[in-house]
Amino acid sequence: MSSAVDVSSHRDAVEFADGVYWIGALDPTLRTFDIILSTANGTSYNAYLVKGQDGVAIIDTVKENFSDEFFARLESEVDYNEIKAIILNHLEPDHTGALPELMRRAPQAKLYISQRATSMLKALLKPSGDSFEYTTVNTDDRISLGDRTICFLHTPFLHWPDTQCSYLEEEGILFSGDIFGCHYCDKRLFNDLVGDFRFSFDYYYAHIMRPFKKHVMDALKLIEPLKLRQIAPTHGPILRERPRRYVTHYRELSTSSLSREIGVAEQSLVIFYMSSYGNTARMAEEINEGANDIEGVRVSLYDLEGGETGPFVDLIEEADALLFGSPTINGDAVKPVWDLLSSLAVVNLKGKLGGAFGSYGWSGEAVAMIEDRMRGLKMRIPQQGLRIKLIPTEDELLECRKFGKAIAEQMVGKKQQNPVIDMADLA
Amino acid sequence: MAKAKITFQDIDQTVNVPAGTRVIEVSEKIGAGIVYGCREGDCGTCMMHVEEGWNNLTEPSVLEEKVLKENMAGRHDRLACQAQILGDCCVKPT
Repeated sequence: MSSAVDVSSHRDAVEFADGVYWIGALDPTLRTFDIILSTANGTSYNAYLVKGQDGVAIIDTVKENFSDEFFARLESEVDYNEIKAIILNHLEPDHTGALPELMRRAPQAKLYISQRATSMLKALLKPSGDSFEYTTVNTDDRISLGDRTICFLHTPFLHWPDTQCSYLEEEGILFSGDIFGCHYCDKRLFNDLVGDFRFSFDYYYAHIMRPFKKHVMDALKLIEPLKLRQIAPTHGPILRERPRRYVTHYRELSTSSLSREIGVAEQSLVIFYMSSYGNTARMAEEINEGANDIEGVRVSLYDLEGGETGPFVDLIEEADALLFGSPTINGDAVKPVWDLLSSLAVVNLKGKLGGAFGSYGWSGEAVAMIEDRMRGLKMRIPQQGLRIKLIPTEDELLECRKFGKAIAEQMVGKKQQNPVIDMADLA
Repeated sequence: MAKAKITFQDIDQTVNVPAGTRVIEVSEKIGAGIVYGCREGDCGTCMMHVEEGWNNLTEPSVLEEKVLKENMAGRHDRLACQAQILGDCCVKPT
């Protein structure tokens, strides 16, 4: 393999397998991607071109203001009238910015998108007023370019509902969209030539793929059986040298580490609290005791004052149920609680059980506010939160124990038979 | 006012509701596991499976049908933010 690759010095397509070309663009000066991601040395928008006997397929495009570079590289290899298929593995604007212009230049080309991409395509094209015919594809659907075949893998939610992969069977190249991608701009383009991008790869996974681990595992079931000679993602280096190790790494990153520590039949309940005079802490301890009485539930108790957000997010990701205790100060829950509850976009909380508790001196709004936030995070709140005015009595501490026990029972499905209730009786 | 019973299978809870109530109005109040995104029938997050009483929910609108199709809904799946309860039924998260 040549070590002299420098795609920044020209605007030609770069062939990396027989008749398969990189026609993307480099964005070396970008320092923040999509508001949320730091990009220390920029990023790349990778698009690809596949030549076949019966025509050409273009796979993904680039961010709009990099269109000139994309079109120049494309034109260096083919005429627009040769384009038979345009495949969009992911419709986010950094990959579809050049699409409207490409469709104007190659009106005969057929557009292939996933079923879930249809409404996004319409929303993307709204400003231009363009409307394109498209074909939706699913796993095992194929298109032929004569002597070569591209098949599709339905890999939704990696990291949008619309995402899919496409696979060039004859060459063993997986065009993986954002999967296996990273924001790492390097003119040397290939994983065996670029600098050390391990951090960028893991950072990208942690911020983009981590909330969708279950979907990563589903996608890996489709990807792992493939003969993989190269992986061509939409950002970062093309993975041509030992591509399978990145697949293995994705599996490792998506596998629960808690299940190695506690039994698979055991559930994890994590209780976080803050306390100003020790009353909410007292409640937390009793709730902890109550929950501990239930077999099959492993309870962990954490004072937010003594921790950091990052490790707590890791705990939350693997927990089955979460309780937050906060006093009410000036009509609100305390800041460390909000800090943690606003740091959870990178993990999947859907369906986890949640609950709130706290001591208060005056009006006690914190508990309901925390519950609302947890509902907003798609958690289920099976028990009404527990509020205690100032110092808990023995009876109130007993209520705390019952609260902890009830949550733990919900976790293991041991709760009492519920009587039919009337909607009018619900708060 | 006519009443109907809706059962949320995941939490084994039945609620008496006035006919015409949307599932979303009651499921969150009792802590059922159906979760919501846009709450206006566009995103498909609140897709639920109707275990019993499929015909006791209002007919899906053309828009809901479209969103269900886009989200590859199975047979007897509905959007909880759109479906209104007309008679007894049993639902669970998808």
